[in-house]
Amino acid sequence: MALIEVEGVHVRFGDRVVLESIDLAVPEGEFHGVMGPNGAGKTTFFNVLTGRVKPSRGSIRLAGEDVTGLRPQLIAAKGVARSFQIMTLFDDFSARENIMVGLPAFRVRGFDMHRAASADSDLAEQASDILAMVGLTDRADVRAKDLSYGDRRALEIAVALGQNPRVLCLDEPTSGLGTDGVQRLSQLVSQLKRKLTIVAIEHDMEFLFSLADRISVIHWGQVIARGAPQELQQNEWVKRSNLGRFA
Amino acid sequence: MIATYQSDSARLITPTMMWLFLALATVPLWIARIGLYPYLGIEILIWSIYALAFNLVLGTAGLPSFGHGAYFGIGAYAFGLCQFNVVANLWVCLAAAFVIAGLAGALVALFISHRRGIYYAFMTIAFGQIFWTVAIKSHKVTGGEDGLLKIARLPADLGFASIDLAGNVSFYYFVLLVFGVAVIAMWRLVHSPYGRVIAAIKQSETRAAHLGYNVWLYKASIFTLSAAISGFAGGLFAMAQLAAFPDVMSLHQSGYVVMMTLVGGGLVSFWGPVVGVFLFLTARDVIGALTNAWMLYFGLLFMAVVLFRPEGVAGAVAAAWQNRSLYSMRRQGGSALRLLFGGGRWR
Repeated sequence: MALIEVEGVHVRFGDRVVLESIDLAVPEGEFHGVMGPNGAGKTTFFNVLTGRVKPSRGSIRLAGEDVTGLRPQLIAAKGVARSFQIMTLFDDFSARENIMVGLPAFRVRGFDMHRAASADSDLAEQASDILAMVGLTDRADVRAKDLSYGDRRALEIAVALGQNPRVLCLDEPTSGLGTDGVQRLSQLVSQLKRKLTIVAIEHDMEFLFSLADRISVIHWGQVIARGAPQELQQNEWVKRSNLGRFA
Repeated sequence: MIATYQSDSARLITPTMMWLFLALATVPLWIARIGLYPYLGIEILIWSIYALAFNLVLGTAGLPSFGHGAYFGIGAYAFGLCQFNVVANLWVCLAAAFVIAGLAGALVALFISHRRGIYYAFMTIAFGQIFWTVAIKSHKVTGGEDGLLKIARLPADLGFASIDLAGNVSFYYFVLLVFGVAVIAMWRLVHSPYGRVIAAIKQSETRAAHLGYNVWLYKASIFTLSAAISGFAGGLFAMAQLAAFPDVMSLHQSGYVVMMTLVGGGLVSFWGPVVGVFLFLTARDVIGALTNAWMLYFGLLFMAVVLFRPEGVAGAVAAAWQNRSLYSMRRQGGSALRLLFGGGRWR
């Protein structure tokens, strides 16, 4: 049984069909890439997967449990974490506090009004470990808004990792990163592969083709091709749509 | 700076609080000598509790509530009505003020917590106006525009002793005690995990939801809590005035607490609302003694703050403090960059 099972998902915004009969099965531990041109419906698909958008019809199951239409907080509580294409950090919090707030142990204490949040050294240590994983140890006390673009991207992923997820959804994680940043991210994702199930939307074909186990190509709201990177390079649809030119 | 901020946030009582409480304890000893009167001190303390409670919503949660006077007024009426119709006991009547205002806040929160920005603001104004109209029209219950009169300053019954609060000085010290407890409780709340989640939601509702937080519930709970504490302050205000009037519930007077909070710097500092209340009420009495148009001058101050120091007086003090630290660091040969990028914050 696949960890994520998406069946016949449709999304309509008024008269406009954004996603049509999307099917997807991602086994546990797989890195599944999602690619497609701008406006293809990739981010909407992510939004459906993480509860931001309710599908018009179809179903989504996580480890066999139907999670279709559940709100983001409930899906997050079931172990689905995501990063955002347009970075969505807590800008006035330090890098460490951004992660601390996302830790499951912190979430459990969310209605605790008696203790000081900063007094919990266990949580601070957990956050520091995750910062070390993404190479932000020396930026732990810097406010998110004062971090460089690349560091903010890394923090986006770190916050999602802090949730201790089963499924990590990355929305264009290399967007705006320089060569060094992409290389650093590639190393991080390589470390995470197999430990987590990763679904990533990405425009950087080199990144995706070198790391993904399988890739789905979405165009006009439909999956037009799916397979291992080597298979997709030979796919007529992909060749014709000029998406695999970097592979 | 970071160490100071973190250690202060972890403390139940900070040095700033201690100095403030000590200074406030001396007020009745000298306030008459400078031409003012103890009642002004009572008003400042009560409005400070109210403004701090309001700032839980505006400053901590980033929710623009412009009808908060309603809960302050509901608390005042609840105190008076409890005294007249239930039991004339200080603790019961103050608890009634807290609970009834909290219930009113919870009712409103049910309808507005899925909104944000301008829609949220308009909804708070609309509900505030509804409560104000009900207070004016329910003449038999609230006394209408004449207000609910003859509210007594009930004695503080401690079981083994009863403290008379009829005099302004004894009532001042009682309110100071309550102010101290309220400040400590709200300081802890703001720096607790709950407060940090609220602050996170202020910065990004989307991210908070995807971290697993029920954003609606947090927004509703902080609004309810803020309304309840505002109502508690309203109960004290009814005692202070010996009456409850609907004017504090009007849109006009709801705007006062917004002005106080913003001028003081509630958006950047926990103490901002207290600074704002002090400036506002002192200006009312000092400038008001010279001219009836004192509000014009306070309005000009408000405009100047919005234009030149949107972070308020507390923000200006913070900036001056940081400049001073920068200067001293330069003199000591330290790296200014370390200070600039160290992320220190003054609270």
